[in-house]
Amino acid sequence: MTHWPLLTLVTFVPLIGVGFIMTTRGDPEVVARNARNIALGISLIVLALSIVLWVKFDPRTPDFQFVEKVTWISIGNFQVTYHMGIDGISLFFVLLSTLLTVLCVLASWQSVHAQVKEYMIAFLVLETLMVGMFCALDFILFYVFFEGVLIPMFLIIGVWGGPRRVYAAFKFFLYTLLGSVLMLLAIIGVYFQTGTSDITVALSHSFPAGLQRWLWLAFFASFAVKVPMWPVHTWLPDAHVEAPTAGSVILAGVLLKMGGYGFVRFSLPMFPLASAYFTPLMFVLSAIAVIYTSFVALAQTDMKKLIAYSSIAHMGFVTMGIFAVTSEAVQGAVIQMLSHGLVSAALFLCVGVVYDRLHTRDIARYGGLVERMPAYAFVFMAFMLASVGLPGTSGFVGEFLILLGTFRVNTLECFLAATALFLGAAYMLYLYRRVIFGTIEREDLRRMLDLSWREKCVFAPLVVLVLWMGIYPSSFLTPIRASVDHLVQQVTAATAAAPRQASLF
Amino acid sequence: MPHFTVPDLYPALPEIVLVCAAMFLLLVGVGRGEGSSRPISWLAVAVLLVTLGLEFLVGPERRVAFYGMFTVDAFGLFMKVLVLIGGAVTIIMGLRFNEDQGIARFEFPVLVLLATSGMMVMVSASDLITLYLGLELQSLALYVIASFDRDSVRSTEAGLKYFVLGALSSGLLLYGASLVYGFSGTTSFGHLASLFGAAAGVVSSGLIIGMIFIVVGLAFKVSAVPFHMWTPDVYEGAPTPVTAFFAVAPKMAAVALFIRYLIEPFGPLAGQWQQVIIFLSVASMALGSVGAIAQTNIKRLMAYSSIGHIGYALIGVAAGTPTGIEGVLIYMAIYLAMNVGTFAVILCMREKGRMLEDISDLAGLSQSRPALALALGIFMFAMAGIPPTAGFFSKLYIFIPAIDAHLTGLAIFGVVASVVGAFYYLRIVKVMYFDEPAASFDRPISTELKGVLFVTAVVTLFFFLLPSPLVGGATSAAAALFMK
Repeated sequence: MTHWPLLTLVTFVPLIGVGFIMTTRGDPEVVARNARNIALGISLIVLALSIVLWVKFDPRTPDFQFVEKVTWISIGNFQVTYHMGIDGISLFFVLLSTLLTVLCVLASWQSVHAQVKEYMIAFLVLETLMVGMFCALDFILFYVFFEGVLIPMFLIIGVWGGPRRVYAAFKFFLYTLLGSVLMLLAIIGVYFQTGTSDITVALSHSFPAGLQRWLWLAFFASFAVKVPMWPVHTWLPDAHVEAPTAGSVILAGVLLKMGGYGFVRFSLPMFPLASAYFTPLMFVLSAIAVIYTSFVALAQTDMKKLIAYSSIAHMGFVTMGIFAVTSEAVQGAVIQMLSHGLVSAALFLCVGVVYDRLHTRDIARYGGLVERMPAYAFVFMAFMLASVGLPGTSGFVGEFLILLGTFRVNTLECFLAATALFLGAAYMLYLYRRVIFGTIEREDLRRMLDLSWREKCVFAPLVVLVLWMGIYPSSFLTPIRASVDHLVQQVTAATAAAPRQASLF
Repeated sequence: MPHFTVPDLYPALPEIVLVCAAMFLLLVGVGRGEGSSRPISWLAVAVLLVTLGLEFLVGPERRVAFYGMFTVDAFGLFMKVLVLIGGAVTIIMGLRFNEDQGIARFEFPVLVLLATSGMMVMVSASDLITLYLGLELQSLALYVIASFDRDSVRSTEAGLKYFVLGALSSGLLLYGASLVYGFSGTTSFGHLASLFGAAAGVVSSGLIIGMIFIVVGLAFKVSAVPFHMWTPDVYEGAPTPVTAFFAVAPKMAAVALFIRYLIEPFGPLAGQWQQVIIFLSVASMALGSVGAIAQTNIKRLMAYSSIGHIGYALIGVAAGTPTGIEGVLIYMAIYLAMNVGTFAVILCMREKGRMLEDISDLAGLSQSRPALALALGIFMFAMAGIPPTAGFFSKLYIFIPAIDAHLTGLAIFGVVASVVGAFYYLRIVKVMYFDEPAASFDRPISTELKGVLFVTAVVTLFFFLLPSPLVGGATSAAAALFMK
């Protein structure tokens, strides 16, 4: 083992890049070029560091690894610590964040012209906050990262977004803020129960049953908005449509996962009784999300909106899997989040490719792209099928595990969710047919160029990962398993103990 | 207790020095006439810094002077430091502005000094008489500087409004004080505390009414709703450096006085005043966040913002615990940094020597003046309470004691109001970052303003790196207040 504070490095190295970019001066062209190069270099270094994490990660233990702990601030009698660490659940989210940041920088190489310096700074700051959020083991620290994400994302949507960017940015910010401030109060509540803001302590603390429900609801307010679950999902289509391509990638790839991660990390282990109590609610909301948004997706004419709605449907699967609380379902939910992080990010990048060329996302404007852009058609197909959940792709593994795990708990729910497999195939294939197949009718479509080298570099790792996850999921499931099993055991034990406790009185 | 024939003046040394220096500077100013504004301003800043040094010399131990009417302790030290910093920074920020506006008169720093000495007396007041004395010394100076731009209708109107409403509030406060004296026979905080402690919660309603009247008078001074009406007009009308001063220093002093008044003599009656404070807090947060939404003038917006912030600070007062007071102290200190910074940016909003005050004038600032936009952006996110800025921690330190004191409903209302409030802070960020450039502000910004901006922005953004000095100071200050 090294004694390097790896997690701190992964988290804060991007800020060093910010420092470098801030010092670049001179001709706007030169500044832009330097900013791009520095951002790419730094994000690659961070990616490399996070891969070191994966290599050195010990998959046999459910404990937190690479732990760092320093006293930070004191509030009254309480000490808030700078406490970082990852387990099997958070490991891959860190990797996902660092990978997608690299791809975002690459994808924005040419499509962003205005204020490149600020753009790259925003993405690097965002990377710090995302990684920090997945690593934080102290509630206050977690909250700082969790809510801090809003600032760069607000600016990314608002400054480099589409025509209705102001509306979308405000909606995104205020929606999420409202959810997270309620969580802040719940965090303070947890703090007074456990006497510390340390997450590891809170995870094994048993909270009084009555209080659990209130705290669960407050956390739910925050995570449900982030996921987003029906009916608080309406910010997502707006934010996705207006955000620049890279913004959508991060939004779909990582920010939505914060909600799912929060449910797995906090709601389940801390409030097992409340989770059991609210499981019917989660199942109903998930089923509505899956079915309703799939139908909505079917009716979309805007490519990004369609993918945005498909994200909501896929995340509905995730929330269903989490609250099924079986080992398979929770593992499936984590894998599904990772898979969706890659696939939806890739799909947004696919939209970005044609958007850069034609500056419209209207599905009807496209058609017959396969003739002029065969490589693009292939890439798009790979991700489209992964999104549908074709065996051999990452989407299949997650969905299969979730359905398997949920079937044992609630067959009806499983059945309802399974209809989404069919609906998902319908809207994705329909999208694909309209965009890629058919005949080219417009002159500007005929002049479209196929993927450039840079774009191929962006898609290549995603294709590889999607297939890897689909064909040999063990590389990913093994590190996840120990932590998830531990979690599920803990939750089942707590819920099983509850009635016995009640009968004592 | 030893009996002095000559009162022990040592605890009041900083105040005495400050008042004497103010008089001296007034004489110098009169002797040198017009044009002496700049040297006298710098001298005034030096005086404030010397006073600050003397404060630390006198130290945080609890001492009393003037037969218990004047108390020095760690709490007073903490708040006086904030007041003095607020005063000094305001004078520095106002230098260039007043010269450009043609209102650079030496009376401005002198009046700030006098107001500051009034505030320091307020902070140390431990008797209803000293309370009123300090309050009036402060207020009279403030009435004058509100209408400092005497040729401007807006400024004189602001001064007059402030005077009329301020006089009304002083009247209420005095009436309350007379009731308290009439029903208890004492004006001393110490005697009142032991009286209430012995009465074990059963006191005559006359005393309660008197206490509430004083609370109302103080609520005027901190501009808590429903006694806030003067704030937007005065903020808008007064010259901007004066507004900056109003937004920071008097707030610190009035909040300090409010806290000492409620905790020391009326601490045993917490059950009686807590609901009043909760009401003031809820109303201020609601009006502060909703009222600001429709504003187009940035100074008016800051007025509503300050009303909202007082609402949050009052949450900590309502908790009434040492951690609650600690939260208020941290809140006020961070509020000072954010507000001074914001007003420094507002002072930079000048086009061809003309003052701009509309929010829309900030359009596209991120492109024309990126550093300025970044600074204001930091302040706005901080005011909205978004981490990792200092504003988040100030809210955190307020909500923790609120939950601890089982004021969960108040805390929930507070966070919801903060989301509403976030909307208008975001609107400023939106105007700066999302809109096309409109006005181009005059260059260069004066060195003093640059310095102020840099320091406040760094403090606001990087507070989380080194919070312990402030937090430690606030902890011991709050503990001192509860020590009998």
